[in-house]
Amino acid sequence: MSERVVAAIDQGTTSTRCLLFTRSGRMLAVAQREHKQLYPRPGWVEHDAEEIWRNVARVVPAALRRAGLGPENIVALGIANQRETTVVWNRHTGVPLAHAITWQDTRTDEIVNGLAATGDMWAGTSGFGPATYFAGPRLQWLLDHVPGAREGAESGDVLFGTIETWLIWRLTGGARGGVHVTDVTNASRTMLMDLRTLEWSPRLLAALRVPERMLPEIRSNAEVYGVCTDVLPGVPVAGALGDQQAALVGQTCFAPGEVKCTYGTGAFLLKNTGSRIPGSAQGLIPTVGYLFGEKPVYALEGSIAVTGSLVQWFRDSLGMIGTAPQIETLAMTVPDNGGCYVVPAFSGLYAPHWHAEARGVIVGLTSFITRGHLARAVLEATAWQTREVVDAMNAETVNAGSGRSVIGLKVDGGMTADHLLMQYVADVLDVPVERPLGSEAVSLGAAYAAGLAVGHWSDMEVLRANWHRAAAWEPSMDPALRDRERANWARAVDRSYGWVQPP
Amino acid sequence: MPGAIQSIERAAAVLRLLGGAGRPLALAELAAALDLPRPTVHGIVRTLREEGLVEQDPATSLYSPGGDLRTLGEGWDRHDLRSRSMNWADALAGGSGCAVYLGVPARRAVSIVHHVFRPDGSAQRLRTNTEQPLHATAWGKCLLAFAPVATPALRDLELHRYTGRTATTVTALEMQLAGARRRGCATDIGEFETGVGGAAVPLRTGGGLAVAALGIAGPVEELFGAGGEPRPRLVEQLMAAGREISAFLGAAR
Repeated sequence: MSERVVAAIDQGTTSTRCLLFTRSGRMLAVAQREHKQLYPRPGWVEHDAEEIWRNVARVVPAALRRAGLGPENIVALGIANQRETTVVWNRHTGVPLAHAITWQDTRTDEIVNGLAATGDMWAGTSGFGPATYFAGPRLQWLLDHVPGAREGAESGDVLFGTIETWLIWRLTGGARGGVHVTDVTNASRTMLMDLRTLEWSPRLLAALRVPERMLPEIRSNAEVYGVCTDVLPGVPVAGALGDQQAALVGQTCFAPGEVKCTYGTGAFLLKNTGSRIPGSAQGLIPTVGYLFGEKPVYALEGSIAVTGSLVQWFRDSLGMIGTAPQIETLAMTVPDNGGCYVVPAFSGLYAPHWHAEARGVIVGLTSFITRGHLARAVLEATAWQTREVVDAMNAETVNAGSGRSVIGLKVDGGMTADHLLMQYVADVLDVPVERPLGSEAVSLGAAYAAGLAVGHWSDMEVLRANWHRAAAWEPSMDPALRDRERANWARAVDRSYGWVQPP
Repeated sequence: MPGAIQSIERAAAVLRLLGGAGRPLALAELAAALDLPRPTVHGIVRTLREEGLVEQDPATSLYSPGGDLRTLGEGWDRHDLRSRSMNWADALAGGSGCAVYLGVPARRAVSIVHHVFRPDGSAQRLRTNTEQPLHATAWGKCLLAFAPVATPALRDLELHRYTGRTATTVTALEMQLAGARRRGCATDIGEFETGVGGAAVPLRTGGGLAVAALGIAGPVEELFGAGGEPRPRLVEQLMAAGREISAFLGAAR
């Protein structure tokens, strides 16, 4: 009997990975390659799309070798990708016209400032106001600054895509008949798609002067987009999702009200809102969660800029610990934070505060404070920031007069290894926090989409049955203490405001 | 009395040089400072690098003191162990259908560093940071059998009876530990909690030092055959996971 597995490509910000999953959702093998981060100017962050493609062509066969399998064992391929990273390329040669502009790049701030006056038009159609975070303004920048880009786009010679679009096009033939498609979740991060119709909005395209013929066709997250001619010849490419939406699927948050949080360098919370398009209050972003079949499932997204990166700072810049996991050891040398709080507003405060002029503060210092207290305060900052996003999500529900408040959190990502932190998250949220077996929610979500499309999994209930609780943290904090600590955190946040002064 | 071993003297000199330089050094600088041929010094730094005592910058090829030099004399950090074991512990739980525990020596007990629930949807409570008896659990006995320096002598243990099956004499315990060493795997046939069994293998770092015990837990009748031997399918999976984590621990240092 030959083994039948689903392959997932996780094309992330720093690396490209290929993972193989069995029918029960167990990971069989993984292969990984990092790619270069290009910083041509302050605030600019680019990737070489050609290098990313070469890495895909290497990690997929490497994963197969590790599992002792061949392309004939792969029933379908799914892709999860770093979102909002923007590529333009020549459809006849397959060569990118410029480096891909990544999601961290802020060169579009002038374009975005120019759109502020028409903010309501953007919010009313794409679901959120203009921000440098999204792909649309990057595309305009490329069309305006790369020689030949605009002419090529208008004549149909130049194509646009986010990373999944680029990879699907290359996998299915590239210049020789490659399929030019995107999926609804990635399209919902361009600022160019109408969140209701799930189609490109002619009004928004016109406002950013983007020729429609360069855009990929918007498709669902689970369908056969095409068949690989390269890398995995004969294998259908059948799933694509932005990485955070992929994690929502991998965590099987299929019911309205279910929330997942992926803890990495930053943290991303997505809440399933079902058929309801959520509001965008307090900097939360309404987005498409996933589209399997006809009816889209929407989600509300809240992101935290600095979580794991605060621990890295504590390790690398302060030298307080040798490795990231050792912060838990250090934190356990003391019973509490000793009255010390760290607000990591390293580049201002985002959701739900929105204070660009804020900067990080450490408050409550006394001669009593040790490294252990600081370690606690660093970990607690992640928990309280999570609480702020969850509070904003609950407020949105109250404002909308419908939907469900958050009753639990499904977590994944590297920081879930820190049990002290996870317990503290449960304590300050006052809801149970659960970690699934296998921490690869992003890749698993892409595999699920592809496997659903080809009938490898019959329905979403089967996927739910694959989700197994590996750990659960129950809230156990005294409510009075929680209120006191919450008030202290809020006062610490207040003290970070207004630090950067206009020149 | 035999003379000093020259290669160890030279290795110590290399470490002193690197530690005192205050900046990374090139191979040529080390060779010049020690007045030794480059191939000789290269052999020494390469070996030290494999042991984690020296680091080499891949871009510049310069050498500096390795991370292990700073932690020499300290054991593995328990949370580094958890972090490095997590993926395999999850895979082991998924493959075996058992709960997974990671234990380290803590004075007269085994301290649970990591716990993965049994993947059957049943209600379970995290036991991370609890302490369990050395003589009555698979992970405890695994540490007694394979990490004798890090654990108390058997005669100093309080051999409390938890169930009818707990070994309460040094002789009985010694026999069990001998069996564990022979099999490479310690067992608990309902000796701590009635009906709940366990099996555990040592995690070893570079040089073969046992630093932790990796175990699976479940109903006794699921883990053990009629003769009281752990089921081969489970032991195989447990040992494979132990080897993978050990290789990762060794490679990391």
